[in-house]
Amino acid sequence: MSRISKKFLDLEKSKKTCLISYITAGDPTIAVTPEIMDSLVDSGTDIIELGVPFSDPMADGPTIQRACERALKQNVSCFDIFQAVENFRKKDKTTPIVLMGYLNPIERIGYEKFSRLASESGVDAILVVDLPHEEASDIVNVFKKDNLESIFLIAPNTDLSRIQKISKYASGFLYYVSLKGVTGASTLNINETREQLKNIKKAVNLPLAVGFGIKDAETAKSLSEDADAIVIGSAIVKIIEKDQNDKTKINDGIMDLMKPIRLGLDESGHTEG
Amino acid sequence: MKTTSKQNLNDFNQIKYGYPDENGHYGIFGGTFVAETLIKPLQDLKDTYYKLKNDPDFLKELYTEFENYVGRPTPLYFAKRLTDKLNGANIFLKREDLCHTGAHKINNTIGQAILAKKMGKTRIIAETGAGQHGVASATVAARLGMECVVYMGEQDIYRQSQNVYRMKLLGAEVIPVTSGSRTLKDALNEALRDWVTNVDNTFYIIGTVAGPSPYPELVRDFQAIIGREVITQMQDIDKRVDALVACVGGGSNAIGLFYPFINTSSKMYGIEAAGSGLETGKHSAPLNKGKVGVLHGNRTYLLEDENGQIIETHSISAGLDYPGVGPEHALLKDLGLVEYKSATDEEAIQAFHELSRVEGIIPALETSHAVAYTFKLAKEMKKNQNIVINLSGRGDKDLNTVAKLEGIKI
Repeated sequence: MSRISKKFLDLEKSKKTCLISYITAGDPTIAVTPEIMDSLVDSGTDIIELGVPFSDPMADGPTIQRACERALKQNVSCFDIFQAVENFRKKDKTTPIVLMGYLNPIERIGYEKFSRLASESGVDAILVVDLPHEEASDIVNVFKKDNLESIFLIAPNTDLSRIQKISKYASGFLYYVSLKGVTGASTLNINETREQLKNIKKAVNLPLAVGFGIKDAETAKSLSEDADAIVIGSAIVKIIEKDQNDKTKINDGIMDLMKPIRLGLDESGHTEG
Repeated sequence: MKTTSKQNLNDFNQIKYGYPDENGHYGIFGGTFVAETLIKPLQDLKDTYYKLKNDPDFLKELYTEFENYVGRPTPLYFAKRLTDKLNGANIFLKREDLCHTGAHKINNTIGQAILAKKMGKTRIIAETGAGQHGVASATVAARLGMECVVYMGEQDIYRQSQNVYRMKLLGAEVIPVTSGSRTLKDALNEALRDWVTNVDNTFYIIGTVAGPSPYPELVRDFQAIIGREVITQMQDIDKRVDALVACVGGGSNAIGLFYPFINTSSKMYGIEAAGSGLETGKHSAPLNKGKVGVLHGNRTYLLEDENGQIIETHSISAGLDYPGVGPEHALLKDLGLVEYKSATDEEAIQAFHELSRVEGIIPALETSHAVAYTFKLAKEMKKNQNIVINLSGRGDKDLNTVAKLEGIKI
């Protein structure tokens, strides 16, 4: 069983909602990335989403674009990121890691090589933001061969028949983009999102994560009633941005942000299965 | 074969050429590489376009706008003094600089704006480099009574301040883009972000034959009026078209000229911006120097580093300063149907001056790249052969740039 499947199974047994945390690899430096990943786990994170920096992150808001720019200023490459994952894996063998990025850096390395190196370093799944399922069959097959799962996005304007098509390519979990907009946007409508999550859950068998625009414990708690996982991204990246040169402060900031969210999720007593 | 310029948008080449395929692919190029939220609006756009593109009412509206608002057909002008001076092939200029707003860009914006109106959208967004597409978008938005927001790199705003003011006069909001290299590619990123956020009421008018499917196809179809008119105009004076020359940034004016000539005996030359020189690395010539990759929704040739990060490009002309190129050009290159050459900043500036003095036509700096290559080409061809240059835009917007190079303050 994959790390991701095992994680969702364990959480289901203990009736907990999965907490997924996003950071951009190499922000503020690639050397610090494994330590920040440790902090995320200590603060209650179940799955880590590691952003692969790209020069033109079209689906991301200004916070994550700046994180990409900080990482790219130091020429952080996919190879550096694999090394960081390997370092993290020396201590932590159970927390699933999802690489999230854009297609071009992967194409430059080549699907086969990227997939093999990612898998060998201890990555569990890949989410390619600008790759809809129509263009994805080749890469998904390569990933499958290396036991990497393929995470796909679904959006508020994705209809149910398309969601079912996407779920045929997807493995691990499905990632529902909670709003029309970029990462870190601020116009999340909770009731509408919950309604849509309910409909999607009926149509698919995979665990359902929800992200984009979730910044606090209250929102996370409320959405957890209808989702299997909550993704926090830009809110964490903002903490890293604020205290770029101080590892202790970054760690403290992550604890202050994430512990209440973890607590909120645990209070809600996830029962949806 | 006598053709008319008022026929369906792609009567040419559908059988013998047939790109893109039904999923928007041009061989390995093109496609739809966007985040999931944009899939639905792209599908809606494609459905609308396919429903309308051969619809008589839509075509009538489009051609009426072309004639009465854009000022089509544009003249095909025989540049006699330039021809005599170069002592080579005859040079004809397709005068897209005489279109309303001063460049070919409006052929496409008027077409897309009519689509936007048919789809019930009330707000138009656009990205712009040199400002010509921004001006053309702001113009048609005013024409059709729609709100218009234009994204423009901070660097380009500085280079093209006159066009910024024009857009404002036309009632558009110009939003400076300060991320990345602060040029056209970053403006495109911001426009995509706006679109993803305001997708319900907003139509994104892409200015070139790039972007996700169906944009490369519909922009080409709207611009192909250029080549169709050239066919008719050259037939009217009983001249053969031996060579076609156009500058290539994203490549909309070039594809507009070339598309109706694909699979004919006319030779085609697309001219990229070599900037300081192809060997210096400071250029905007992905077809000459790029690698295949994915950016802004399509697979094409790109200028990128060894890690697949998009690199900053350089050209004296803001409109060519883009690291990618339309996917159809990538295919035409690989099929060997078009030759892609380049001209440096210096050659373009020289051509800018030469055409101004010899013919009394001040070309845009983008267009000057095509003119510069033609100087070489004309001399290599026979005197009874004919070259058509797409004179895609006029140079008024570039006066500041050129004056500054010569140390003149205006």
